Amino acid sequence: MAATSARAATVGAGRPAPLGPWGAFLVRRVAGLAAVAVTLVVGTFLMVQLIPGDPARVVAGGDATPADVERVRHELGLDRPLFTQFADYAGGLLRGDLGSSFQTTEPVARIIGDRLPFTAEIALLSVLAVLLLAVPIGLAVAARGSRRADSSFTFVTGTVGATPEYVIGTLLVLGFAIKLGWLPAAGAETLASLVLPVAALVLPATCVMARIVRREAAQVLAQDYMRTARGRRLSPLRLYARHALPNLLTATLTLGGLILAGLLGGTVVVESVFAWPGIGQRVVEALLVRDYPVVQGCVLVLGLLAALLNLLVDLVLALLDPRVLAGKGAN
Amino acid sequence: MRRVRWNAPLVTALAGLGLIALLGIVAPLVLQEEATALSGAARAPVSAEHWLGTDALGRDVLARTLVATRLTLEMTLAATAIAAGAGILLGTGVWVSGRRVRELGLRLIDVLVSYPALILALVIATVVGTGPTASVLAIGLGGAPAFARLTANMAASVAQRDFVTQARLMGVPPYRVLVRHLLPNIAGPLLVLLSVAFANVLVALSGLSFLGVGVQAPDYDWGALLNSGLASLYTNPAEAVGPAVAITVTGVLAGFVGDGLAAALDPRARDTKTAPAQTPAVSAPSHRAPADALVTVDGLSVVLPDGTRLVDEVSFHVMPGEIVGLVGESGSGKSLTAMSVARLLPEGLSAHAAQLTLDDLDLAAPVVDPARLATGIGIVFQDPSASFNPALRMKGQLTETLRVHQGVRGAEVDRRAVEALEQVRIKEPARVVRQYPHELSGGMRQRAMIAAALLPGPKLIVADEPTTALDVTVQAEVLDVLTDINRRRGTSVLLISHDIGVVGTVCHRVLVMYAGRVVEAVSAADLRAGRVKHPYTQALLAASPRLQDTGAAERAPLATIPGRPPQPAARPAGCAFAARCPVALDTVCATERPRLIDDVACHAVRQEVPTA
Repeated sequence: MAATSARAATVGAGRPAPLGPWGAFLVRRVAGLAAVAVTLVVGTFLMVQLIPGDPARVVAGGDATPADVERVRHELGLDRPLFTQFADYAGGLLRGDLGSSFQTTEPVARIIGDRLPFTAEIALLSVLAVLLLAVPIGLAVAARGSRRADSSFTFVTGTVGATPEYVIGTLLVLGFAIKLGWLPAAGAETLASLVLPVAALVLPATCVMARIVRREAAQVLAQDYMRTARGRRLSPLRLYARHALPNLLTATLTLGGLILAGLLGGTVVVESVFAWPGIGQRVVEALLVRDYPVVQGCVLVLGLLAALLNLLVDLVLALLDPRVLAGKGAN
Repeated sequence: MRRVRWNAPLVTALAGLGLIALLGIVAPLVLQEEATALSGAARAPVSAEHWLGTDALGRDVLARTLVATRLTLEMTLAATAIAAGAGILLGTGVWVSGRRVRELGLRLIDVLVSYPALILALVIATVVGTGPTASVLAIGLGGAPAFARLTANMAASVAQRDFVTQARLMGVPPYRVLVRHLLPNIAGPLLVLLSVAFANVLVALSGLSFLGVGVQAPDYDWGALLNSGLASLYTNPAEAVGPAVAITVTGVLAGFVGDGLAAALDPRARDTKTAPAQTPAVSAPSHRAPADALVTVDGLSVVLPDGTRLVDEVSFHVMPGEIVGLVGESGSGKSLTAMSVARLLPEGLSAHAAQLTLDDLDLAAPVVDPARLATGIGIVFQDPSASFNPALRMKGQLTETLRVHQGVRGAEVDRRAVEALEQVRIKEPARVVRQYPHELSGGMRQRAMIAAALLPGPKLIVADEPTTALDVTVQAEVLDVLTDINRRRGTSVLLISHDIGVVGTVCHRVLVMYAGRVVEAVSAADLRAGRVKHPYTQALLAASPRLQDTGAAERAPLATIPGRPPQPAARPAGCAFAARCPVALDTVCATERPRLIDDVACHAVRQEVPTA
């Protein structure tokens, strides 16, 4: 498999790309990002349109008068043709206008502006922590190759990895906030408030990721080029960090990128457990009171964040593995 | 589908899930009243009457947790069915449809998958509302893309196999291709995926209820119970612990079913018994190598952990400046012999020898100075396309030993790398050193591998089937480079090959191996002239084509050797070749192991030509 893709790449290398490999790569990826963005805009627009029955009535609530319903219908622009509505929605987005909350009449853009930093904070911290923990752990278990270490690793990661963030969060609050009183149970007042939400996100994701790393590492370590490197009698650090790691990261990130994007979903839940004032908590609040503009805006921004995270992973992949740049996957 | 090998984790996890399912059926029948009865004391702590205390309305938490099992499991099953159904349809559908639909479909799946499933579920919940049915739809559809992606990956490996291509070329309709060819071949991995999806769906569904956007009162599932438990975490923590444990245990069990199934279906997962390694008794030095030999190997055995000898008491030497060939069929132990000399045996194998030295360096010692090893022995591996690290530039790989073990720095590194590539006749070496391995052709890569082996100035090059993976036209080129270096630098070469023609052309001396033993040592001139004694060597020569045979009389059909070499664990007490040997003697060959005397290990030869 590796041999065929390498051969294919050799053939392709003869044809000069007009933009250079990085130019072509960036064009491809930015186009992909644009496609995702368009899908998200259309998707969030259709979200309100697809509400079964009369969206205006649903939005206005069960005990609304017919006049209320008509007013809501007009406010939502639902009395105009579909295309006009979409043009308004998309045009508003381009101007940074995401509408206003039904509930508080606050502009959605400002709500997101206030809350995004909090979500970004715990999401980015968690992504970093997951990578910094999972890669060394997985690599170490694979490199050891001992049967006992392997089965206890499988058991622990299987158990913790399958435990949902909200359960871990609840247990962490119970242990560290209520019983021991070491850390705050909720809010975002102090730096210490970060610890429990990030831990709740990182623990299960690290376990899932470490399993992927272990599996991929076992494959990388069995490759011929690792034997070549061993033939140069390198120190274990150089052997694993210089020769195994780049190849391991390519495979790991290709699969693990999804887990990292999935951390955003976990953020939504964890923010609710810890009353963390991020977008996730707000979107759930809005959903419960059918505050559709807020839901639309938050979902759009979370989606774009996920897409950006994927782009970031792709960029790192391209830096690590020249074959990705040439449009050939590592796998 | 392959036969499932039941294992303890799988059985335990399945039994556990069965118990929970039983609970889901029985609990609502028995405990319904207790779960809804208002006992009076709200948020009572754990007591003998209420094992997990009571909730905000004074209802028994344990009873409610047990009763909630049914709704939770029903919803999880339904949502898993939706996710799996939609996912399998989409994931396999793209592989049986036309090219354009396929590419569009795969792209769409990619976009959907990159979007976190839980947020996708929230969007769907916004549209369809709250409650059990809406939750099932939201989580089921939200999980479909991930299922589709994984199914598409599995289907891809099957759909590109020959029998599926052939079925499609023969005009078998897509539906039949799907049902007859695709699904049966991915059934095993799909089952694993299903149990993992079950765990994920359970977690997501409970999460939706936990957030308050799933199941609404008066209905309750584990997620909803956990939600109300969170509110009374300070007064009765047990209220949260009950449903938390229920969700976790069920999810973990489903995950373990997945792990267990994967292990049960994995054809590679054999039960490898690891017996304590038996150190073979090393016989006293027997092989009389010249005192000035570069490499001396005496009584070398390579053993598996269970004591099976893959290489059995092999002795030989390599003189300075000499090219020695090791030839034999695959499984003859020639590569393991060479890798013992290079101290690069695969994990689990161990080498034992009365003497194993390179000059004054003891290669059999427990620890050997890595710098002396790396600079003393250069290694050329079989497959040049796999033996270079794809993520690193050529220069770094060529010069690593120089930099790490010989302290070469700066511009000197570049100069040496370019010079080394020039020596192996690579054009534009200054450009090549900056390239990645995949940008080079196979022949170039193997010559670069030789350059890398040569750079530290080794005394010995171990070349393990250096031409096997190359095109015939490139083979000569690579062998030429090897002999050229041997001539100009006096570097000794230990060349491993299964091609008796190659070793006869390149080497000075050739050792023929069979079933882990050296059966004959012969000079290359004798080999080329056909002056070989051992019946196995004679058979090997007769089985290899020779282009210079032009005479019609000589163009006899190529001979084949009947039978196969014995497996390492089933080697006979006598001569391992006896069963295939045309001249085997009834008396000794089957019972007594022939020793290498006068460069040949054969009872029959010795009888015909009595030793002086």
